[in-house]
Amino acid sequence: MSDIKKIKDEYLNKLDSDLNIEILNQIKTELFGKNGKISNSFKSLGSLPNDERKKFASDLNTIKDELQGKIDSKLQEIETKEINSKLKNEKVDVTLPEREFSRGKIHPVSQVIDEISSIFSEIGFSVEEGPDIENEHYNFTALNTPDNHPARDMHDTFYLDNNKELLLRTHTSPVQVRTMLNGKPPFKVIAPGRTYRSDSDQTHSPMFHQVEGLHIDKNINMGHLKGCLNFFIKSFFEVDKIKMRFRPSHFPFTEPSAEVDIGYEIKNGKIVIGEGDKWLEILGCGMVHPNVLKNVKVNPDKYQGYAFGIGIDRLGMLKYGINDLRAFFETDYRWLNHFGFDPLDVPSNYRGLSR
Amino acid sequence: MKFTIGWLKEHLETKISDNGLIEKLTDIGLEVESFENLNSDLDNFKVAKIINAEQHPNADRLRVCDVDIGKENNVKVVCGAPNAKKDVLTVYAGPGSIIPKNNMKLTISKIRGVTSYGMLCSESELNLSDESEGITELKKTKYSDKIGKNFFKNKSEKVVDLSITPNRPDCLGVRGIARDLAAAGGGKLKNISKKNIKKNGSQTIKVSITKEKSQGCTIFGSCLITGVTNKESPKWLKEKIISLGQKPISAIVDITNYVMLDLNRPLHAYDADKIDKKIIVRNSKKGETFEALDNKEYKLGDDMCVISDNSGVLGLGGVIGGTRSGTEINTKNILLESAYFIPRSIRKTSKLLNIDTDAKFRFERGIDPQSIELGLSKAAELISEICGGKISNFDIQKTDKYEKNKIKFNVSLFEKITGFKVNDNEIVKILTNLGFEVSNKKLELDLKIPTWRPDITQPIDIVEEIVRIKGYNKIETLEPEKNKIKDTLNKQQKLFHFLQRSVASKGYFETVTWSFTDSKINSLFKENLKEIKIVNPISSDLDVLRNSIFTNLTFYLKKNLDRGFKDISLFEIGPIFKDSKPGEQLTVLGAIKSGKVSRLNWNENERPVDVFDVKKDVIQTLVEAGYERKSFFIRDKSPSYYHPGKAGSVFLDKDDIEPVAYFGDIHPNIVKKLDIKTEGLVGFEIYLDHLKENKIKLKDRKPNFEYSDYQKSERDFAFIVDKNFKAQDLIEIISSIDQNLIRSIKIFDIYEGENIPDGKKSIALNVTIQSSEKTLEESDLEKINKLIISTVETKSGAKIRS
Repeated sequence: MSDIKKIKDEYLNKLDSDLNIEILNQIKTELFGKNGKISNSFKSLGSLPNDERKKFASDLNTIKDELQGKIDSKLQEIETKEINSKLKNEKVDVTLPEREFSRGKIHPVSQVIDEISSIFSEIGFSVEEGPDIENEHYNFTALNTPDNHPARDMHDTFYLDNNKELLLRTHTSPVQVRTMLNGKPPFKVIAPGRTYRSDSDQTHSPMFHQVEGLHIDKNINMGHLKGCLNFFIKSFFEVDKIKMRFRPSHFPFTEPSAEVDIGYEIKNGKIVIGEGDKWLEILGCGMVHPNVLKNVKVNPDKYQGYAFGIGIDRLGMLKYGINDLRAFFETDYRWLNHFGFDPLDVPSNYRGLSR
Repeated sequence: MKFTIGWLKEHLETKISDNGLIEKLTDIGLEVESFENLNSDLDNFKVAKIINAEQHPNADRLRVCDVDIGKENNVKVVCGAPNAKKDVLTVYAGPGSIIPKNNMKLTISKIRGVTSYGMLCSESELNLSDESEGITELKKTKYSDKIGKNFFKNKSEKVVDLSITPNRPDCLGVRGIARDLAAAGGGKLKNISKKNIKKNGSQTIKVSITKEKSQGCTIFGSCLITGVTNKESPKWLKEKIISLGQKPISAIVDITNYVMLDLNRPLHAYDADKIDKKIIVRNSKKGETFEALDNKEYKLGDDMCVISDNSGVLGLGGVIGGTRSGTEINTKNILLESAYFIPRSIRKTSKLLNIDTDAKFRFERGIDPQSIELGLSKAAELISEICGGKISNFDIQKTDKYEKNKIKFNVSLFEKITGFKVNDNEIVKILTNLGFEVSNKKLELDLKIPTWRPDITQPIDIVEEIVRIKGYNKIETLEPEKNKIKDTLNKQQKLFHFLQRSVASKGYFETVTWSFTDSKINSLFKENLKEIKIVNPISSDLDVLRNSIFTNLTFYLKKNLDRGFKDISLFEIGPIFKDSKPGEQLTVLGAIKSGKVSRLNWNENERPVDVFDVKKDVIQTLVEAGYERKSFFIRDKSPSYYHPGKAGSVFLDKDDIEPVAYFGDIHPNIVKKLDIKTEGLVGFEIYLDHLKENKIKLKDRKPNFEYSDYQKSERDFAFIVDKNFKAQDLIEIISSIDQNLIRSIKIFDIYEGENIPDGKKSIALNVTIQSSEKTLEESDLEKINKLIISTVETKSGAKIRS
């Protein structure tokens, strides 16, 4: 007994000192090798008398576990030390630039269209589209603007043939006509898209974007129109209150017609929407003219409703502080990068229109 | 439409302030564009301060003054006044000013070698007093905070400018505006005072309206005024004309203009002595010509409404008069015309001849046919008052009677459309004030429409009249209903938005360019599509609709390269046009990429962008959009604007006829033609219309989740094949050997050169083999190995590389 106790004390003492892996292996052999001290002690078990053997075996096992455990933990300690000393030579300059990444951008017009679609989706509108090339009938005549109507002069039209039959649509309103001709009431749609007028200066571009709105049902009146636009404008500009003014106006395809102004003020050189005592015209609207409904085979005695047209680019300019309309279409990389949106910023009801 | 408040008040009795009236105008649909003072000549005279006065280098009596005129920089003025000293406040007149005393116009001039910008004025020069000894000295107490401000108060009346919508010709006259304001509670419409003008004798120039098809004139009223003395207009009339930004010409012309602006009643005055015997209102014959008052000679077509005499055309009725019969300052006898022309005819003629005049603008919108005599009376009265002369009886030729149109209006329609109620009495009152005759005042009103309102034809128009006068602010704001009739976006629209954001997320900047483009660039990309010309393009380099997204993308890419950018990725999603009819367009996503990858990078090798960069982007985008990569088929055919050897097309399925996308290097010839300087130029296009709709919803599209935990094995092979042999075919051969065992195939090397025979190449690939039923034994693996080699060798003529 005293022998193995002695071995234990001796080796625990050895194992407490600073060792390298070779010495540790040597200790292991000295204890647990073929002729190791612990191995030999186990071999001597057989020669002990029965009454001693049990106690000795038990003691021996305890000592063996203790030494074994000590060796294992020492081994781990040495390995950790070795790795740590190796890592000291593996240091890199993490302030060097990361691998290149390229970040794309969504054009403000697309972002605004998605915002608009998201808002109108919330109040039950679906999205319709129509062709960029229209014929004279869909663009004008069916919209109660016959050939001899002076309102046609307000649209500087691009024509594709000398008979002025084919043209680039001057507004998104022909989508109203197509939607109603191809379906049955009720209708509740918006139609965003490209529109064209042969006009070009700081505030006019030969191509721009509009969104048309149309809601036709049995009892849709001007109060619904006001409510819908009030909801839209508030949601779009992400404000709680908005000063809005409906003014009588005239469009051949709506009666009564209105233009809508919103209040604004200039604060620190920036336009602030919703407050202030200045007015800014942002859209045209009205109750769809009975003549238009007749033209698309909808009975005006049974159905009625409203339509509106909003300039998308203009809305984007106001919301995001963009000054020059023409820059929208000039593909300046710096401009796209500055005003563009991250593709992951998808406007939606649940996560909000914008960050 | 411009007018002054003073003029308005000649028709409107009102106690409302100017600003109150302005607000009311907007509220009833007469949009106010501006309300401001007219510029006056006296606005050029500013309060100024002499900051410094030095002796003129070349003249003893002159000084050179630095003058503060409230602008950023002081101005130098040479002045001879003894009191032109430092710190004096005075009146400065800039170049262009007209000195009130002598009507001299100032210019920038050199005075003894020193340039003088304007003048400092004496009281006498300003007509303030006779004091001419020195410059005006202003009291410091009153003027020291007014430097740069106008010295004279602007006494000109404020001018209102309205934007009148095309449906409201009646408001192109001041009286019509007054009537609308009165109806909206803005005051009381004054009666037109009817003086009994003395009329003597008959109108001796015979007038006839010929009866013919599409005659554009239906009423021609006239009178002769003989023995007039035409002259400069009196002050009040001149001021009225000037206040509207027009130039006074002579009393007779000014009076006809005045009546037109006052009552929206266009008139025309002829020099009666220049008319050859009689007036015939008829259709023109093709080829007839006449010289109009704009000094242009017009060649007429058939059936334009002309006023003619025995010698030929005098003028275009309702559009423009002619020089042959125009009045002049020495005109003695005039024939005054007040007529009605049919809007459609006016519009047609003026469009064909491209003439835009004030009269045309009014007639094409519709003039009150019952204002013929009112206009003649008012103008004749003024002419005889100002120019003297004898007025003949009125001669009115008519081919049509203009009775008031009748309409029935059911009052309940108002609430149905507007959502609020107005009581019947108020409705009647509003309509009466607007000039309607109302009878049967119960649920259904019988209305006679005033003849000055050609825009009103049906009950809905009456609703608009009532609601605009009542005020749009009376309309309630109803909470929007949220019920949905159908999905917000259809499948194609969802795809559009998905592809847009998918491509942007790969580092491309989205752009939006015009749907039209330069035909010269377009021709490089149009392939076999039809060129679609715009008849009236905004400029000659935007003359066709685009046949490809690449036309504008390459154009703008070059512009950005010229700005110094090198590695550019751009895309646009939008229409391209196949032909010129509605619907003959396709939606295409086009993307383009220039320059290098990893340019000037410390840990990656830089290289030019290449076909496999865009192939990755296009394939990844399609896969993200939900299409199955395994069934894609790539062909090496592509449109001619791609590099013939470094481009391809993507088919969703091997059997598809139409590709859904193209990708590759842009053809070097095009790069050269467009003078694009970059290390590499690649692009891709996705045709949304060719992408088959995924009919199955995402929720039903996921197959059962099956997986295998048995051991995977990998084997490498290298095959020597013909140089033209396609990797895609090799992969297809191998993967079709055993779909259950062969899980993936990766090509990891392509090699040509040493140890490989001419015309051949080596393709090295790694195949992953795994069973879903058991762990494969060495013998199973050996079997599949052999099968792969033998199948590839027989099907492709390849040899395994040993």
